[in-house]
Amino acid sequence: MSTSTAAAPPPLPATRLADTLSPRRLMWLRFRRHRLAMLGLIVVGLIYFTAAFAEFLAPMDPNRAAARYALHPPQSITWFEHGEDGLRFRPSVPFYRMERDRRTLQARFVPDPDRRIYLRLFGEGDPYRFWGLFPASRHLLAPEQPGDPLFLTGADRLGRDVLSRTIYGARISMTVGLVGVALSLFLGVGIGGLAGYYGGRVDWVVQRLTEYVISLPTIPIWMALAAAVPRDWPPLTVYFLITLIVSLIGWTELARVVRGRFLSLRTEDFVTAARIDGCSEMRIIFRHMLPSFASHIIASMTLAIPLMILAETSLSFLGLGLQPPTISWGVLLKEAQNIRSIAAAPWLFLPGAAVVVAVLALNFLGDGLRDAADPHA
Amino acid sequence: MPEGLVQAPAMPAALRQPVLEVRNLTIGFPLRQGTLRAVDGVDFDLHAGKTLCLVGESGSGKSATARAILRIVPRPGQIEAGSILYRGAGGETDIAKLDPGGRQVRAIRGGEIAMIFQEPMTSLSPLHTIGFQLVEAIRLHTRLDRRAARARAIELLRRVEVPRAENAFERYPFEYSGGMRQRAMIAMALACNPKILIADEPTTALDVTTQAEILDLMRELQRDLGMAVLFITHDMGVVAEIADEVAVMHRGRLVERGPVEDIFLAPQAAYSRMLIQSVLRLEEPAPQRAQRAERLPNAPILLKVDGLTKVFAPRKGLFRRGGEAVQAVAGVQLELREGETLGIVGESGSGKTTLGRCIMRILEPEGGSILLRQRDGSVTDVRGLDRAGLRQAHREMRMIFQDPYGSLNPRMTVGEVIGEPLLVNGLLSGEALRRRVGELLEMVGLPAAAAERYPHAFSGGQRQRISIARAVALSPRLIVADEATSALDVSIRAQVLDLLLDMQERLGLSFLFISHDIGVVRYFCDRMAVMYRGRIVETGSTEQVCSAPEHGYTRALLSAVPSADPRRRGLGRRSRYRDE
Amino acid sequence: MLHFIGRRLLAMVPFLLLTSVTVFTLIQLPPGDYLSNYAAQLAESSETVDQATLENLRQRYGLGQPLPVQYLKWMGGVLQGDFGQSFEWQQPVWPLIRERLGLTLLVTLSALLFTWAVALPIGIYSAVRKYSLADYLFTFLGFVGLAVPGFLLGLLVMYVAVTWFGQSVGGLFSEQYEGAPWSLDKVLDLLAHLWIPMIVIGLSGTASLIRIMRANLLDELNKPYVETARAKGLPEWKLLLRYPVRAALNPFVSTLGWILPHLVSGSVIVAVVLNLPIAGPLLLQSLLTQDMYLAGAFLLLLCCLTVLGTLLSDILLALLDPRIRFE
Repeated sequence: MSTSTAAAPPPLPATRLADTLSPRRLMWLRFRRHRLAMLGLIVVGLIYFTAAFAEFLAPMDPNRAAARYALHPPQSITWFEHGEDGLRFRPSVPFYRMERDRRTLQARFVPDPDRRIYLRLFGEGDPYRFWGLFPASRHLLAPEQPGDPLFLTGADRLGRDVLSRTIYGARISMTVGLVGVALSLFLGVGIGGLAGYYGGRVDWVVQRLTEYVISLPTIPIWMALAAAVPRDWPPLTVYFLITLIVSLIGWTELARVVRGRFLSLRTEDFVTAARIDGCSEMRIIFRHMLPSFASHIIASMTLAIPLMILAETSLSFLGLGLQPPTISWGVLLKEAQNIRSIAAAPWLFLPGAAVVVAVLALNFLGDGLRDAADPHA
Repeated sequence: MPEGLVQAPAMPAALRQPVLEVRNLTIGFPLRQGTLRAVDGVDFDLHAGKTLCLVGESGSGKSATARAILRIVPRPGQIEAGSILYRGAGGETDIAKLDPGGRQVRAIRGGEIAMIFQEPMTSLSPLHTIGFQLVEAIRLHTRLDRRAARARAIELLRRVEVPRAENAFERYPFEYSGGMRQRAMIAMALACNPKILIADEPTTALDVTTQAEILDLMRELQRDLGMAVLFITHDMGVVAEIADEVAVMHRGRLVERGPVEDIFLAPQAAYSRMLIQSVLRLEEPAPQRAQRAERLPNAPILLKVDGLTKVFAPRKGLFRRGGEAVQAVAGVQLELREGETLGIVGESGSGKTTLGRCIMRILEPEGGSILLRQRDGSVTDVRGLDRAGLRQAHREMRMIFQDPYGSLNPRMTVGEVIGEPLLVNGLLSGEALRRRVGELLEMVGLPAAAAERYPHAFSGGQRQRISIARAVALSPRLIVADEATSALDVSIRAQVLDLLLDMQERLGLSFLFISHDIGVVRYFCDRMAVMYRGRIVETGSTEQVCSAPEHGYTRALLSAVPSADPRRRGLGRRSRYRDE
Repeated sequence: MLHFIGRRLLAMVPFLLLTSVTVFTLIQLPPGDYLSNYAAQLAESSETVDQATLENLRQRYGLGQPLPVQYLKWMGGVLQGDFGQSFEWQQPVWPLIRERLGLTLLVTLSALLFTWAVALPIGIYSAVRKYSLADYLFTFLGFVGLAVPGFLLGLLVMYVAVTWFGQSVGGLFSEQYEGAPWSLDKVLDLLAHLWIPMIVIGLSGTASLIRIMRANLLDELNKPYVETARAKGLPEWKLLLRYPVRAALNPFVSTLGWILPHLVSGSVIVAVVLNLPIAGPLLLQSLLTQDMYLAGAFLLLLCCLTVLGTLLSDILLALLDPRIRFE
């Protein structure tokens, strides 16, 4: 930055765009330059949107089983049809006939060239209660004849729609991340803030505790904790307990970040200046210190969500986390555990793909946020 | 531009030619929006046995120029035009044409042209012994075997007066003091008898007494080894002390070049005139001080500190035996009258900053009293105040910090920063607050519109003005200024000092002015106290202490301060002080 | 240096104690106790319940007594190498877990070596060629590695092996060597099987290590001592390895403190998928069947393994960094 050399007080430097903007706005501009992070933001937004409107977006009731559609292969949509008046918007999927191999008696699905299943946007389908409250039966995409098989990404062993189950699974898996992070935040900010604010002995104890928790292998501990959750408890209780268990480990990273920022900010000159200005401790913390590390906390939280999602998925996969009939990506993947069923029906991997995409997007997002919050780090 | 060839007539013809000729050197840094010309068409020569000082304020391009000679300009900067003609043993080479990673340049680096850097703390690898780093430098350019290189390294350490050289050879940099590290750096630079030594602000990070020793050493080495020295600095005192020739840089351009006397006594370019003047002005006391000299002794005592003590306890762990406790402030006693400015002078680690922070009760002193005279004439001991009382006291005693970047909350607008003390003390709010902030900004020479902006939009000097506005917002009577001008360039420094003097006149302020810079104190302070190892060793009027110092340390300190007049070079005999 | 190691060892004692308390609490969490389960199971399989044996066991583990007493008895046993009795296997725990622990250590350490061997050069390359195409590519791959949970990767590897190569890849040994005494052939067979779990487990940690190494090295590359070394005339690659990389290694080594727990964690779950004869599957089984002393022994030893890892990284760090040694 240049300064005038005359003896008179220097005028303000010529207005550059960045000079008139607030730090938060500058951060947003930096974030927007980060293309992968923007992509992450969009994907994460879409996933949470899907989770929010799962009932409407899922073509079917995720629990509707039909033995005759067991391991039904995916059907691909044809959006337009050649009619007498040219190309016409009329989505449909092929109908699959089931045949049994004469010798092995194994079921095989073959497309029936004579029959197609026509679909309708916003059509009537399986009834549901939206958010458990409002009864409805419209789906984004539904077969014209309710009850016709519609398996866009195939069916599972019991003939349930994998896509619908994956969409419903997003609701549980993605919120485990959110709720877990909220709990971690509570623990981490509480404990880390305590350590950073009081320093000294409290800080020492908290630091050793954090070191200790970090040095534990998380999955075995989670497994032991999760194994202690009685199998016959109601799903909602289990859900919260598992989330709590997952966040019991996740708080350490947040506590570390909060403590570090607190300690470094406490000795910053501008905080000392605020003290001399006569600010109360509360005002120093909330007006002067918190805004300076809120962005770091948000970034760390965003990076903690995928860890939680992976933890829930892993535990449920092992059979120690959420239990059916609860639908989460981990529970769904547990069904894909058997290598023979995967070899026969690779579409059972779909929830796995969903996990990877969600975690990837959240990591890109968190990384971009961190870079934007701390351009020099 | 004058062609400043100063040389002894008896020199052989080969030596009369410059060892290095820089012509039209232009360095660009490609940025998102176009290219930044950090250095733009610079010419100069270096002569054997002579020192050229490259002078300029921060961002003037002097460091980039020096790095270009070794072809180590940090990426993405690159030489866009010009030549760097080096006359070495192997004939003439244009360094600007060489491949920056090639063998030829590497042979010149360290072998023919050596460089020392500003930060003695970080310029040596912390993970390798001094000996390792020295031997490496020696063996890169000579055929000496390990043992011979070791012997040479120890000899070099002796040459730069590192005590117990054999022992020091095995030590790591963190076991050295700052001055010793810079000596080791110099030893490393001398490893292969370079023809040219480039020194980039080698004494800026050092205390003034250490600086004087290093400058002595460099001068002596140059005399013995006949190197050409390119000395980069922003400190005109250092220039006056060691330069034969001076080149002044401003915003990437060379504005003036000539023999040191010419530059100091008859600067031609407007910028160098301004630079010299802002330094010379600090040689004299500020005119405002003369006016008040008579009434000050009769003014009531505003602040009386007695027996103030602060001990830093060693860090302790559960299984760690702590080190020794450090007594940062040891029974300090001082007085400050109303309307007076007291300078606290000392080198790093003397405890002067801790003293200031104890008086403000940012740090809790262990003993002593801090008596503050209230407006009604009663006296309060600030040390005994509770939270509410301290809050009241902080309306009277304010503080200005050294770092213009760290002392303003980056997430608040300037208006919010300045208005904060008025707001939290419940004095003003709303429109009245806004108006008052505007007045304060104009008082410190900034437009009222600045209130809308965030600190990142301002330069260091402007930020310091904002800090001053915040400090005077509550109409205080005492301001503790901790190195308030140290982070500023010399031209800005004078402006900020004058602003402070102006404020003092207008508002009847008293200053406790903490500084390591004797020049600034001589200009700004009525009285000064010299601090050494937590104690005040000498107090008195500034003129009296500067002209007739009584304590040995004060003498050593004052004799180490370079004078900004090349004619007075080396006149005062240097005095050393050893506290046993 | 000895003094330093001694101090660190001493500092480990409370950690290990805390670990044992944690593990004991964990195995006590589920409702019901081990002996009632044991008795119930014996009764179910219509074996005669030997009251004397039960009473003997009750005495030995202090069941029915207050928890602190039970803990002390359990710890007392552990310190003498007696980890108790597995009620599912009806034999002492130690012989059950001995070999599995050894193999766990082998798998985890080889995963660690793999992680380092991959992350170190890539991290260095990414830092030196910042924002190059390869840097972006590695960063992206790293993110993907971070996002794919170990068990999913294991499943994928198995899927690819079965559908494309028509063979199953689980386990650490071929059938003929399973349960066979150790021989050179068995070791070679083990090595032939080891690489899949090594990569599957190691890959999840690689991404973070690459990023740590890259960030550290970028920090170090900006330090003035690099410029000093360059000004000496050192060739660029030599300079790079001797100074900044050397300095960036320190924080890299200190990641051992958490990368080891991370890998042990990963090994547990990957082992279940890939059917490896290491701690994971047996631990899972013991937790599901509430075979508490078996689970407790695994938990305790896995935790100790990682606490030891922390100690190791501290010592390594002190060897690398004189500033820590002289502290």
